[in-house]
Amino acid sequence: MVAVKKIEINPMTRLEGHGKITIFLDEQGNVDNAFFQTVELRGYERFIRGMPIEEVPRTISTICGVCRCVHFTASVKAADAVYQVEPTPTARKIRELVLNSHYVEDHAAILYALGFPDFVVGPTASPSERNLIGLIQAVGAETGKLVLKKRRAAVKVIEMLAGKPIHPVAALPGGWSKRVTEEERREILNLANEMVELARLTLKVFEDVVLKNKDYMELVTGDVYKVVVNYMGTVDEKNRVQYYDGTQQIVDTEGREIGRFTGKGYLDFIAERVLPWSYLKMPYLKPLGYKGIVDGPGTSLYCVGPLARLNVAEGMDTPLAQEAFEKMFATFGVKPVHYTLAYHWARVIELLNAAEKVKQIAADESIISPDIRAKLGKPSEGVGIIEACRGTLIHHYKTDDSGVVQEANLIVATTHNKGPINVAVKRAAAHFIRNGKVDEGISNLIEIAYRPYDICLACATHVLPGRLPVEIDIYDHRGELLKTLRNF
Amino acid sequence: MASKLSLAYFLSGGCGGCDMAIVDLSETLVDVLPHLEVVFWAPTVADVKYKDFEAMPDNSVDVGFYSGMVRLGEQEHIARVMRQKCKVLVAYGACAALGGIPGMGNMHSKEEIFRTAYFDTYSTDNPEGIIPQTRCVVDGKYELTLPEFYGYVRTLQDVVPVDYFVGGCPPHHSFVGQAILAILQGKLEQPGTWITSGKSVCDVCDRNPVLKGKEREPIKEIKRTIEGIPEEGECLLEQGYICLGPVTQGDCGSLCPKVNIPCRGCSGPIPAVEDFGLRAVGAIAGLLENEELVNHIPSPAKLFYRHSLPASLLGKKVR
Repeated sequence: MVAVKKIEINPMTRLEGHGKITIFLDEQGNVDNAFFQTVELRGYERFIRGMPIEEVPRTISTICGVCRCVHFTASVKAADAVYQVEPTPTARKIRELVLNSHYVEDHAAILYALGFPDFVVGPTASPSERNLIGLIQAVGAETGKLVLKKRRAAVKVIEMLAGKPIHPVAALPGGWSKRVTEEERREILNLANEMVELARLTLKVFEDVVLKNKDYMELVTGDVYKVVVNYMGTVDEKNRVQYYDGTQQIVDTEGREIGRFTGKGYLDFIAERVLPWSYLKMPYLKPLGYKGIVDGPGTSLYCVGPLARLNVAEGMDTPLAQEAFEKMFATFGVKPVHYTLAYHWARVIELLNAAEKVKQIAADESIISPDIRAKLGKPSEGVGIIEACRGTLIHHYKTDDSGVVQEANLIVATTHNKGPINVAVKRAAAHFIRNGKVDEGISNLIEIAYRPYDICLACATHVLPGRLPVEIDIYDHRGELLKTLRNF
Repeated sequence: MASKLSLAYFLSGGCGGCDMAIVDLSETLVDVLPHLEVVFWAPTVADVKYKDFEAMPDNSVDVGFYSGMVRLGEQEHIARVMRQKCKVLVAYGACAALGGIPGMGNMHSKEEIFRTAYFDTYSTDNPEGIIPQTRCVVDGKYELTLPEFYGYVRTLQDVVPVDYFVGGCPPHHSFVGQAILAILQGKLEQPGTWITSGKSVCDVCDRNPVLKGKEREPIKEIKRTIEGIPEEGECLLEQGYICLGPVTQGDCGSLCPKVNIPCRGCSGPIPAVEDFGLRAVGAIAGLLENEELVNHIPSPAKLFYRHSLPASLLGKKVR
């Protein structure tokens, strides 16, 4: 036996969908290996069988209430494909309004609840201060109110168009159930202005707090939080970042194209390996073959999410976001960027992009057309791919000839990132755990390794983003517990 | 209003939507916070240690909100701790109160769910036929453990006595605001009841013919939502779209019918109904022009029990 100590970082232990990190030390007390485990499984792929496909989007949305619009959108796109139908142009624009509004409220919530507390309060601060309530106290109730008020604009658009603000209902195969009135269009346009203001404010907070702080920038650009993998995201015909629809583009660790696909083509590029030690499967790039959990040139692991999307694309499709995109890559001077903390920066840029897009679409008077439902074809099989806030989301269904689901396959954002998260955790652990020394500050720094991915295990097994309570158990070489550190 | 109300909050087996409904209170949240002393909120917002919560005196916390269903040992443990510590325990949201959508998992065995996840799905790559194990040794030296996968979803009430229930998947943020206000002001009905206006979705639905002084027409055909476009302002049931509005609490404000989509019962049963699905079947059957129409309702079990199977008299698939 080489491993002499076993450390378990156990987020809230046995909560639904929560992860668990187990670290093994060698005889010198340095990291020998680390495993990111997912401890739950809910079985959506099984129990939606037997449901009519049009009932699936509103049902499967409940995989995650944080990612409130994404499973809904991916599944209705798959339902379009099942019925061999394209939504009407108006319906497509309404769906894009809803998805982009969700990007605004979700990216804002994640940045303020999860990303900024690390930097505003400081990365080694006590976990009890690094949370949304702590941040509101730190920035002041008035600023907190302002941010929440502007974020509410996005939530309001979702409710107006999609029925419920969380777990929406208005999507139907081939279209949308509710048309937009001119009065609503004008209101959305006003709300869009608030969203753009929120995004600009957020970019300023990020620049002031992170970019102007030399210590933080050293942390961001250091090798501790660097994971060298391939990237995947959706682009349009000009290779710009897209969320609702486009072509999946995969680039290697140097930024060279590995491949592109749409729809069912995902099966040529992605396979999910079953692991005996995790309820979550681990995807890899099929053309490269399964090469295990290692990063570096030639790895078959890949990342999705905000940084991945910006890494695969050549730009953004709105002016303010494009400006921010250029600044980010000019600052790093390389592409792809492999620094995981850059995920937060990419998230701010996308927040701006999504807000600008809501404004663009709301300015389009054609969205009040009553033409919101297309004629359906004969149902069979379909794949729906979107970019969820946390990365590429794939829903695939097969139905009988009455459109009742017979089979389903889902690959969600956090699942794609499972391998890279494992690498990130092992690297940070190896850096901060030396000669068996583990203190509470170190465990926070290890957590920072996975937090930028905004792990959504509610989605993956179907946990919630947010600071996860962590337990670290340290065992000696005889397997006896030496020390337990807990923050819950 | 009394001095600060102490609050404990726990997200169990849910999706986080009920938490987000609180975040969606937006600037109201900032106004409400000074009236609340959050003593425990795991895992999403505040990190108060389990052991600190466990060490608090019994009945020392004014209100506990438990969201999500109960499936794992840890979830059951916190439910019991919360019951001990809180004077008032609220099953908050459809999952805690009724089992919720994940409760449909009770129609399938663990073996069926594993077979789908680890063998039958298109992108699964499992050359060695591996099934995740509660204990395994990787590379001959790393011993790793996973918790047992529990077969069945339970409601909070199945584990501990509950004082109040709040429906909704999730409850709409405006209703969450009203519920919190009712608690702050001490305006609650007797324990064991739902926090609700008592009105049904139909009672607050602009489409309800009865509210317009007309009688509800019987259902002459069954339509799926993909068939046709519902007439604006007209009752969805009358037009053949199965809508569970008659038996569902209307504290949502009839959000789904407002966008031409029928209700699926997420807010929970109107008062005095024990088994939501049974009552829904009865209500809809009574509106059908002829019995034969029943055969045209696709997957009725996953329609009538969409949000409430674990809370039903049946509870789960019987083998």
